[in-house]
Amino acid sequence: MTHAVAATHHTSMGLDSRKMAFWAFIGSECLLFGSLISTYLVYKGRSVVGPYPHEILNIPFTSVSTFDLLMSSLMMVLALAAVQRGDMKWGKIWLFSTALLGLVFLGGQVIEFTEFVHKGLTISTNLFGCTFFVLTGTHGAHVTVGVLWLLTLWVRALQGKLGPANAMTVEITGLYWHFVDVVWIVIFTVVYLIQ
Amino acid sequence: MSEATGGGLKSWLTTTDHKRIGLLYFWTAFAFFLVGGVEALVIRLQLAHPDGHLVGAETYNQLFTMHGTTMIFLALMPLGSSFFNYIVPLQIGARDVAFPRLNAFSYWVFLFGGLLLNASWFAGPLFHAGVLNVAPDAGWFGYANLTERQYSPGPNIDFWLLGLQILGISSLAAGFNFVVTILNLRAPGLKMMRLPTFSWMTLVTNFLIITAFPVITVGLLFLMFDRFFGTHFYVREAGATPVLWQHLFWLFGHPEVYILILPAMGIVSDVLPTFSRKPLFGYTVVVYSGILIGFMGWGVWSHHMFSVGLGPIADSVFAATTMLIAVPTGVKIFNWIATLWGGDIRGTTALHFAVGFIAMFIIGGLSGVSHASPPADLQQTDSYYVVAHIHYVFFGGTIFGLFAGIYYWWPKMTGRLLDETLGKVHFWLQFIGMNLAFFPMHFIGLLGMPRRVYTYSPDLGVSDLNLVSTIGALLIGLSILILVANLWRSRTHGAPASNDPWGGATLEWGIPSPPPPYNFSVIPTVESRLPRWRTERHGPMKDPPARPPAPIHMPGGSWWPIVAAFGLPVMALAPLTHTLWVVFVGAAILLFGIYRWAFEPFEV
Amino acid sequence: MAEDGHAGERAHPTAGVYLRVAAALVVLTVLEVGVFYVPAFHAVLVPTLLVLSAAKFSLVVMFYMHLKADSRFFTFLFGAPLLLATGVLVALLLLFFGALTLRGAAGGG
Repeated sequence: MTHAVAATHHTSMGLDSRKMAFWAFIGSECLLFGSLISTYLVYKGRSVVGPYPHEILNIPFTSVSTFDLLMSSLMMVLALAAVQRGDMKWGKIWLFSTALLGLVFLGGQVIEFTEFVHKGLTISTNLFGCTFFVLTGTHGAHVTVGVLWLLTLWVRALQGKLGPANAMTVEITGLYWHFVDVVWIVIFTVVYLIQ
Repeated sequence: MSEATGGGLKSWLTTTDHKRIGLLYFWTAFAFFLVGGVEALVIRLQLAHPDGHLVGAETYNQLFTMHGTTMIFLALMPLGSSFFNYIVPLQIGARDVAFPRLNAFSYWVFLFGGLLLNASWFAGPLFHAGVLNVAPDAGWFGYANLTERQYSPGPNIDFWLLGLQILGISSLAAGFNFVVTILNLRAPGLKMMRLPTFSWMTLVTNFLIITAFPVITVGLLFLMFDRFFGTHFYVREAGATPVLWQHLFWLFGHPEVYILILPAMGIVSDVLPTFSRKPLFGYTVVVYSGILIGFMGWGVWSHHMFSVGLGPIADSVFAATTMLIAVPTGVKIFNWIATLWGGDIRGTTALHFAVGFIAMFIIGGLSGVSHASPPADLQQTDSYYVVAHIHYVFFGGTIFGLFAGIYYWWPKMTGRLLDETLGKVHFWLQFIGMNLAFFPMHFIGLLGMPRRVYTYSPDLGVSDLNLVSTIGALLIGLSILILVANLWRSRTHGAPASNDPWGGATLEWGIPSPPPPYNFSVIPTVESRLPRWRTERHGPMKDPPARPPAPIHMPGGSWWPIVAAFGLPVMALAPLTHTLWVVFVGAAILLFGIYRWAFEPFEV
Repeated sequence: MAEDGHAGERAHPTAGVYLRVAAALVVLTVLEVGVFYVPAFHAVLVPTLLVLSAAKFSLVVMFYMHLKADSRFFTFLFGAPLLLATGVLVALLLLFFGALTLRGAAGGG
């Protein structure tokens, strides 16, 4: 934020180095979540004891969580647009809203996990428990990092240390946040809807 | 800039200069290489005679596991990284890498990961194990379900999986850094198809790193959950299958083979033209073959698993892709030979190693093709034949290539030439030693000796061959001692190196040896693929002036990469000692480091 | 630092576009959940859901992550690993669910 290591350089491809590194990171994350989702799918239907997915997954509840995360993505792009045009008042509002919706999503995950444990599904109950908790837990960990990151930007903005000059920082934060969102789009379909 | 040039411990701990980080990588990786070499010698002494009893079975298991793990993750990969760090920014005409502090972070994470892994040799008393050494003992590919808590209750596998997880973070961070550096920090006029071959292969390697490492991260994550949190990812009784580990491991593991060999191929592709005074034959084809190898490296992983019984269709598909990948590799070999053909050859030590690389790698490649065929593979798998193959590829290939790089770039990195006579003694001893050590293993394997067995019976009829192999290993050990002596004596007795002791064509030879902190007094403009040579259309470029025409600002050091990196081994102590609160301490250190890093003033 | 601000700005869509994309995302999500509950769709449930999910994925990536208007190179940096991950997923599914093994046809097995 106070620095832009390579951005101040002329670059060979005319692209911002941090943004390029971040896209490479997102590419790398595709393989991470790809491996997790592959494992979930190849182990599907191999649990030897219940509870099984259709007995326990709560579609209405998770649909609301999905809606919440999609809306947080909207807040995020609005935050970026506001910062880019130098409107830090709305920039702060949208950044905070994005983080807040992220927290709501995490709260939903806590409620969901607790409910599953009460219904007898823990991480060690069966293969569904193993793959489900590790996959959605890894996603939740990503959301947590994103919330911390957004709150950091929000505090910087409150301190007056985040302005249009840092639009690239906000854009990269956004890339991370939207990626976490698209991963959830896939998980929602593959884990929750296709049972 | 004052900080970047000064001496003292602090300047090394806080350095963000790619050249210093390159040297740190070199010495650390070289030290681990010696450790892995000693482990290999103990293994060979144990096997010199039938019914050997130098070490017991348990220690033997730890020796071969740590030998493989150390050589691959702590010696060969980081020796490659040492050249990525030191040489690539010079070859592309840059002042540093794209993210200097991230680069320092990668190094420190690598160092801490390597130390954590090797601490297992002495950590027994801390775990009340009754023995000193509790090193990993399930082989370098740690097959499930042997690695499950049920079958490996001690801390051995914990060290392995936590160490590898930490090393993966280091490789990934460096991977993003070098992809961006090579793509985005090239000097004006240095188009992609003018890039030196070593930089090209570094780019392909780092693309492989950032795509392959997440897969093993996931595999290790599952193993961690199985061992610490009671999940059943590899437990057959729960409906799972240990074969999942094999898939995840080799999905990473085969690209990893190319991560290890492509940098060596890049070095050889730079060394051969310099010492035959000819452009690389078919530069474009060599580059595209490298890219193709990178892509195809993703489609062959199950050839490590033929003995699982995947079925005829899967076996056929992976046999076919494996045989196909030999094609771009063969193409490269013909290009290297054609580069030498008719050249004005100077037989330096670097060239010896480069040509040795070609010869040894051909043998390793051919034995590789021989187990691309599933029926043949079933005879060879888990026998010494496979051990022979992997050593022709990694020792005859990667090590010979990296050593060519040492003899070639040492003058640039230290300002001192290595002794050529000692160098050639080193080469011939190592060349003879490796063939004595590894060639008999083909026969040892085909005669029926399985790998990873701590001793064998005289009735097996492989005693003489094993003795020959051990003698070869001792010769290799001797040759490495000569290399150490050569490196050491070069500090004081090595002839001072000029800017360009070899008449090289690429940018790194146009600046002082060793280069000043800013590398290039003026960033050069590149007009051809061999900028410092006269070609049909271009005269040789003018080297940058000895003194910069204007002051050049270079960043000072930073403490935060090493602080952030230190958080990771602390976090790893939590599962090792089964103490939850330690993980929060480690995470706090990591976060503190990252925040200070993000908000400190640091500009290039 | 100043160039950071407008480096990506040139092509970024307006708030109106963002809102329309959000509306589309909501509609698609409602469709997904709807399809899940309507028995008539059960025969084609999986392909329908995959298409809807892919549509949402593409909308977010193209408009919110700006790939549609940004450098093609970023599309490559993201797309190549994404294809690789998809390939790995398909290969593992085939390997695990026997389509590649033909155990029956091989006899014995």
